[in-house]
Amino acid sequence: MLDKLILYFEYPMVRYALIVGVLIALCSSLLGVTLVLKRFSFIGDGLSHVAFGGIAIASVFNVSHEMYVVLPITVISAVLLLRTGQNTRIKGDAAIAMISVGALAFGYLLMNIFSTSSNLAGDVCSTLFGSMSILTLSLSDVVLCVVLSVFVLTVFVLFYNKIFAVTFDENFSRAVGTNASGYNLLIAIVIAIIIVLAMNLVGSLLISALVIFPALSAMRIFKSFLGVTVFSAILSVICALLGIIFSILAGTPTGSTIVAVDVAAFAICSIIGNLK
Amino acid sequence: MSLITTKDLSLGYDNYAIAENINFTVNAGDYLCIVGENGSGKTTLMKTLLHLKEPAAGTIEMGDGLKSNEIGYLPQQTIVQKDFPASVREIVISGCQSRMGLRPFYNKEEKKLANRSMERMGISDLAGRCYRELSGGQQQRVLLARAMCATQKILLLDEPTSGLDPVVTVEMYDLIKELNDDGITIIMVSHDIEAAINYASHILHIGDEVFFGTKYDYLNSKVGRLFLSRQEVI
Ligand SMILES: Nc1ncnc2c1ncn2[C@@H]1O[C@H](COP(=O)(O)OP(=O)(O)OP(=O)(O)O)[C@@H](O)[C@H]1O
Ligand SMILES: [Mg+2]
Repeated sequence: MLDKLILYFEYPMVRYALIVGVLIALCSSLLGVTLVLKRFSFIGDGLSHVAFGGIAIASVFNVSHEMYVVLPITVISAVLLLRTGQNTRIKGDAAIAMISVGALAFGYLLMNIFSTSSNLAGDVCSTLFGSMSILTLSLSDVVLCVVLSVFVLTVFVLFYNKIFAVTFDENFSRAVGTNASGYNLLIAIVIAIIIVLAMNLVGSLLISALVIFPALSAMRIFKSFLGVTVFSAILSVICALLGIIFSILAGTPTGSTIVAVDVAAFAICSIIGNLK
Repeated sequence: MSLITTKDLSLGYDNYAIAENINFTVNAGDYLCIVGENGSGKTTLMKTLLHLKEPAAGTIEMGDGLKSNEIGYLPQQTIVQKDFPASVREIVISGCQSRMGLRPFYNKEEKKLANRSMERMGISDLAGRCYRELSGGQQQRVLLARAMCATQKILLLDEPTSGLDPVVTVEMYDLIKELNDDGITIIMVSHDIEAAINYASHILHIGDEVFFGTKYDYLNSKVGRLFLSRQEVI
């Protein structure tokens, strides 16, 4: 089995897959806590559906790099969703539900009407649950992924303390003169980018799992924000690596394998947390 | 010049007014206590002073070069979500956020300041503990330590003793008084009229009738006597 693995590593495809997998896992785990603790978790879920709609549009217009269509659509939706969320008159959750389900239905409809592909069901399935394997990445996919990941990581590290402050107590932050709305906007944009990134790895329906599970697992064991952030990043990367390697060896779908490993890690962390 | 002066300030949500014609002045070193019945608009006034909310009418003037990022604030309720992973140290130092501007990390001085505020509040030994696992009184101290990191000038406290037992309440009031003696201006909302009279230098009563003055004037005013007698009956 080890021989087989070593043989596989000779292929650039496999190496790309691992690089992309690690980066995406790292980025997606960072904002997990913020996402879990703010109503942003709804936004995350909604956005993944919007991204699905975006992919449908991209495929209808035969855009070669889907990301260039999906990314702006998702970021703009993130900004709009945040706006409606702040307006207490329109219930934020309802707006998000509307947009996300709408985007899902609309996307599927578009794909159905305009698709030239012979394997429509397969296309839809891989958009929702991730492609059967991530060995189909091109070099330009990898480059874009690296650029976006570096952006996300930089923003997160530079604004780590502000993100903590705004997540913990938004009113206090505002009261002492921090531009909380600005940081909320930044968080929403970063989440949108993470979602578009993660879509490559696990498909749009499983993104929330990739974002939320490592954070929830870490919260079982650690009690400080820093501890949770660092541990969930490490855990997420380990799970992604295990999942990718297993999926290559066993021929299982990459996305669901990674999520399965995340779930298993959550179970282990819960047990450890209870023992403590 | 005074730190804060309001002129004909009215408070309201949407189109209905809660309190009108509030005029008061806070000078450096004052200890102002805001009293009034439930729902009279005390929290709303605090939020308006902090620019979390627009005044319905009137103006608030900040004097003496007081900037909005030099105010410390202790909210009436901090709805911290269950399970929020945050250590005491992380929360206290987040009070320094207004000092950093766009600088990404806390510097040595800010870390020292956080340590000093924790010492001051007697919570140094809790620094590594999880906030959610502390008692109400300990949590209140943590939030006060955070507020102290945000300011050397003026603290706005909204019912800092709600939910505390009588002994801890007295400790809390003494701590606040000490801060005041060190030159920090205090604006505090309290239901505890006795404490207000014991500790404050000035009283602002809001409600149907607005009163502002020193506590001695308040004790001799009609509003004050009425409010006091009613409090004692209850
Ligand atoms: N977000 C809001 N929207 C509309 N009305 C509000 C809002 N918050 C408070 N009010 C109303 O404004 C009035 C004043 O509320 P406020 O919280 O300022 O009272 P308070 O004096 O602090 O009361 P308490 O002693 O109970 O803390 C109340 O009648 C309340 O119902
Ligand atoms: Mg109040």
